[in-house]
Amino acid sequence: MLRNGLPLAPVLLPFGQRVSIDNSATDMPCLLVPPADLVDLCTQLRDDVSLRFDFLSDICGVDLHPKTPRFMLVYHLFSLPHKWRLRIKCHLTDPPIVPTVTQVWTTANWHEREAYDLYGITFDGHPDPRRIYMWEGYEGYPMRRDFPLRGYKDDYNPMGAERPAKEGGR
Amino acid sequence: MGILSNRFQDNVFFTSSDAIINWSRKSSLWPQTFGIACCAIEMISAGCARYDLDRFGVVFRPSPRQSDVMIVAGTVTRKMAPIVRRLYDQMAEPRYVIAMGTCAISGGVYNTYAVVQGVDHVIPVDIHVAGCPPRPEALLHGFVQLQEKITGTKVLRRQDSADAAVGTI
Amino acid sequence: MTEVTVIDEVSTDTGLTREVLMNLGPQHPSTHGVLRLLLQMDGEIIERVEPHIGLLHRGTEKLFESFTYTQIFPLTDRLDYLCPPSNNLGYALAVESLLGIEAPQRAQYIRVIMAELSMDVGAMTSLLYTMRDREMVMDLMEMITGVRMHTSFCRVGGVREDLPEGAEARILEFCNIFAARISDYETLLDNNRIFLARVENIGNITAEDAIALGLSGPNLRASGVDWDIRRDDPYEIYDQLEFKVIIRQDGDCYDRWKCRVDEMRESLSMIRQCVQQMPQGDILVDDPKIAFPVDKDLLSHSMETHIHHFELSAYGFKVPAGEVYTAIEAPKGELGYYLISDGSEKPFRLKVRAPSFVNLQALTERTTNIKYLADVIAMLGSLDPVMGEVDK
Repeated sequence: MLRNGLPLAPVLLPFGQRVSIDNSATDMPCLLVPPADLVDLCTQLRDDVSLRFDFLSDICGVDLHPKTPRFMLVYHLFSLPHKWRLRIKCHLTDPPIVPTVTQVWTTANWHEREAYDLYGITFDGHPDPRRIYMWEGYEGYPMRRDFPLRGYKDDYNPMGAERPAKEGGR
Repeated sequence: MGILSNRFQDNVFFTSSDAIINWSRKSSLWPQTFGIACCAIEMISAGCARYDLDRFGVVFRPSPRQSDVMIVAGTVTRKMAPIVRRLYDQMAEPRYVIAMGTCAISGGVYNTYAVVQGVDHVIPVDIHVAGCPPRPEALLHGFVQLQEKITGTKVLRRQDSADAAVGTI
Repeated sequence: MTEVTVIDEVSTDTGLTREVLMNLGPQHPSTHGVLRLLLQMDGEIIERVEPHIGLLHRGTEKLFESFTYTQIFPLTDRLDYLCPPSNNLGYALAVESLLGIEAPQRAQYIRVIMAELSMDVGAMTSLLYTMRDREMVMDLMEMITGVRMHTSFCRVGGVREDLPEGAEARILEFCNIFAARISDYETLLDNNRIFLARVENIGNITAEDAIALGLSGPNLRASGVDWDIRRDDPYEIYDQLEFKVIIRQDGDCYDRWKCRVDEMRESLSMIRQCVQQMPQGDILVDDPKIAFPVDKDLLSHSMETHIHHFELSAYGFKVPAGEVYTAIEAPKGELGYYLISDGSEKPFRLKVRAPSFVNLQALTERTTNIKYLADVIAMLGSLDPVMGEVDK
């Protein structure tokens, strides 16, 4: 597994203090980046000749409730020419909004739809911002930590939890 | 059977007619190819050469309109439930349902927000075949039990209230 | 069930052409499991394909957070349900990585044998002929693990049980029989003009598009990209095996099929090497805090072993806080597990990077030359998605 030898310094230089390296994980280096710089950094990482991170493996949403900032997006990148892996983390407050990276890697399309469906993370500029697993009109974001495992009670789900009281009653 | 259904007393003529009708129904049960998840693989195995379902008269049909029995093989999710219901409604009577696998019987290990805890919340089920996934032999046994249930059905003969439980096994 | 909605009716010189939106519904003999395809068509020419997934979404990832690490193994089985041992292996590697342990050599060989056997099964299309080979593999699985599918054979730190007597001979016998049969199936299809007309130059994906789309496994290698995690980032004992990585250039349906067939052969050769090289030894790591005791007799006369056994069964073991992303080469592509642990006996977050989820997206992009309805079905078959994995 690779963690040493990534020439990250030249790419990170324009971002200054905003992007930092997090070495707590032992399997691959990790960059912490704010949402505003995400697309620029990803484009640089993909196009830079010595790095060439042309493959996006995964976009993972995480809910850190009750910690703040509540949400986190984790991108796993892979470089096919150099066989390097990199992790990018982006912390998001509540409500979570982050720019889309579909113009950098086409595969991000469905990953971002999944993150929206399960966590409610909004992706600015996404070409198709719809739910992917749950049906249109479903209320709630299932993977959030305050969403019950069995879901809320209704016709098909008699064992579900009681829905918390909303305005207008239910 | 239309106006002839459940009209007649028990006597030798109608008992024999019922026996013939039931024999013909149970000997050519045609399921629709409706595999949802992992149990579908064992259902396909049951239909293939080794565990041959064809010798029971079971021929898989692609269309619900041409089938008698629906094998719900796999987890029924809430997004899929209206579709299962619609397919059941499209089947012509007499129709039967076999719930194959613990996910179809009771939600299985998936007691979550997205899974219907048993397809009997959506459609009436005749036979439950337990297992995760059930072996093809278990599915064969399920078909044999369905055939026994059909044998005990009263088609032309009147069903009395005391005899309301059809096809007790 | 198919429904047809007519969008637009346009008269042309040659006659009436219609633009329709057709629903290739979730219940259909040719879709792989519950997949709903919306096809925008101009007559029979496809203009746009839109897959609707989520019909088998079971909430697996939310369940992961309520189960202990050992209880998760049956859930991983049911992701790509055509090759359960592969999924188990990836997850076991992720947890072992965080724990900082490694399974004993014999256990690693057994895990690789199971993974390669399931690689054969996962790559087999559901041709009626290959069912008899599937049955042979399932017999092997049953002999080794007790279950035909959903084996849950791996444990964190090794495997559940050792191979029974005679298993190695039967595995080698299977390899010999199946190697001959692969050639038979190839001969059946390779010279069949109808089959070739259906798959050659259909659904071409260029290498750049394949990388941008995140394709992996045979789908990527058929487009000319040379990447196989077993060779480039080896895990378990893959660095001790010799095998070829099959690369083809055109990226059409035929190439993807050919990749899979040749990989089945390589996989048989790997299984033979594993059986020959496999040492005797333990099959579980010797750490009572993580795994059940290797020597079962200890349970009857050692109180300490008994207590550890009880704690493992009742509470599970704790994994130190941290995170790891482990990727293995599953039959469908790169299967990744991203595990975040908070130090307790249940994962904080376990995300599955399902290869079929990413591969299926290739159906939507207009980078492939798919003209007719029949081509969509051929393309879908060649991408080979498994809905259990797509929907999790």
